[in-house]
Amino acid sequence: MSALATNYLTPTGREEAWRFTPLKRLAGLHDNSTKVMDHISIAAKAQLPNGVLLAIADASEFPPSYTSTDVVTNRVRQEVKKVSVLTIAKDLELTESIYLSRNCSSAPEVSRIVIQAGVNSKSTVVIENTGKGEIGEEIEINLSPGASLDLISLQEWDRSAVHIAQHHAIVSKDAQFTSYVVSVGGSVVRISPTVEFTGAGSFADLYGIYFATDGQHLEHRIHVNHNVPNAKSRVNYKGALAGKEAHTVWIGDVYIHKGADGTDTYELNRNLLLTEGARADSVPNLEIETGEIVGAGHASTTGRFDDEQLFYLQSRGIPADIARRLVIRGFFAEIISKLKSSDLEDRLMQRIDDELAKVGE
Amino acid sequence: MSVLEIKNLQVSVVTDAGNKEILRGVDLTIKSGETHAIMGPNGSGKSTLAYSIAGHPKYLITGGSVTLDGVDVLEMSVDERAKAGLFLAMQYPVEVPGVSVSNFLRTAVTAIRGEAPKVRTWVGEVKEAMASLNIDTAFSERNVNEGFSGGEKKRHEILQMELLRPKIAILDETDSGLDVDALRIVSEGVNRVKANSDLGVMLITHYTRILRYIKPDFVHVFANGKIVEEGGPELADKLEEKGYAEYITA
Repeated sequence: MSALATNYLTPTGREEAWRFTPLKRLAGLHDNSTKVMDHISIAAKAQLPNGVLLAIADASEFPPSYTSTDVVTNRVRQEVKKVSVLTIAKDLELTESIYLSRNCSSAPEVSRIVIQAGVNSKSTVVIENTGKGEIGEEIEINLSPGASLDLISLQEWDRSAVHIAQHHAIVSKDAQFTSYVVSVGGSVVRISPTVEFTGAGSFADLYGIYFATDGQHLEHRIHVNHNVPNAKSRVNYKGALAGKEAHTVWIGDVYIHKGADGTDTYELNRNLLLTEGARADSVPNLEIETGEIVGAGHASTTGRFDDEQLFYLQSRGIPADIARRLVIRGFFAEIISKLKSSDLEDRLMQRIDDELAKVGE
Repeated sequence: MSVLEIKNLQVSVVTDAGNKEILRGVDLTIKSGETHAIMGPNGSGKSTLAYSIAGHPKYLITGGSVTLDGVDVLEMSVDERAKAGLFLAMQYPVEVPGVSVSNFLRTAVTAIRGEAPKVRTWVGEVKEAMASLNIDTAFSERNVNEGFSGGEKKRHEILQMELLRPKIAILDETDSGLDVDALRIVSEGVNRVKANSDLGVMLITHYTRILRYIKPDFVHVFANGKIVEEGGPELADKLEEKGYAEYITA
């Protein structure tokens, strides 16, 4: 495992994978300079329905199912002694979401979660991240054939939190994985949703919204590996930025390997700059090794909400604060409305309004 | 009966190089039901007049007054001016990414009328207004002015005017960039609103072409930041024939 050894090398900031990330603000999660706790802070919010089990197991019982190139993921694997395992029984179709919540203390921690969606099961898992944590995390998501899983990860951290995570989905034949990553809180949030397919007819939809205000660094690094024929993926991330030193990074890597004939993929990232002084980096990257595909494309745009737009809306009687809210809500609605939960929709829209209210404070 | 009264209005434009005087004392009174054509060469300050009345932050009022029914317009914020009954159809309507036309119209109408329109009647009202301006209903789902053609933008401006029901509307070069068919549709829209609402109109234009569709009661020639000649519709005919040369050299 020489690759693994390389992955342990402490990033310097010159590496492609780390060049956007403020390493000094990572609380030592990337360079072993802080001692981390192997502390299980994730818990079910309510009683779990029949057929769903959340257990704590020895790490040795659930070795990683894939090789990660991420230095923090590898550190998590090295440090954890216990793993949280969420199992959804085969054929189980849930109409209500499973809520897991985490409220970290201020001590740095590492966490590894394994989600196993059984054959032909259908479920939605919501993970709520709140508090002041400094956390390195790996979530491994295994979708058995025919399984359908929506994973909603909410980063509603306090302003001091640091969250470095990889969410890796292994999507087998005819399974359908949908990921929603919502990052609004935290000081530094760096989430890498990665997907590999292991059977034909599989489908991954990766959605994300983020809203960075003064001083926040919110980074999302998507990697979709099309390594089997006839799999389909869609990526759509939207971000708003406001205030001094608000920084977002979106990396969208899609690889279509030789033999992945019939691949259908499209990735999209849109950013909306609300004020001066904010910065959005957006890097889509598509590599194609076969021509026998249905479609492959990407788009990335960064636009500005400026005084002319404000004037236009105001000249139609709309007060300035409502004009701003209108633009932001409209911008995010495309993704938030896909959540299929009006409670969650309301909560996120409210959270976005709250973020907006903080701008310029 | 509403009256927009502009008295000795003096306006400078704020630029990086300092303030530049554009309007040098404009006097104009527009009453409900009247249509005033403001005609003049490029750079004479016609658009500055329009944007100053609407309250664009780029323009600095250095003297004079603007009142609507006796109330000081210049003291109002931009949205308050719209609520008071002023409407500006812009020459270059602004794209607003992320905001659908339907959401925008509904929010604007709610702000202006002071309450949300009833869902049942609102849908019909918008549909009807769109149909009469030859706007496809699929437009509702598009983002405001994003990717609209020139003609679509102008029709969208008139659609807003129709739904917002202002007392006084300023149409800034609404005819520019329109082909004959689009010009006719837009003009019919303006005439329809006038017929239904006693709207007062300030019609800013460079060309006499639109005056064949929208008949002015008064024509004002604008040059060098002020009104230099006034008359009835016959003045437009004279401009059609002779152009602005005599006003520029004067």
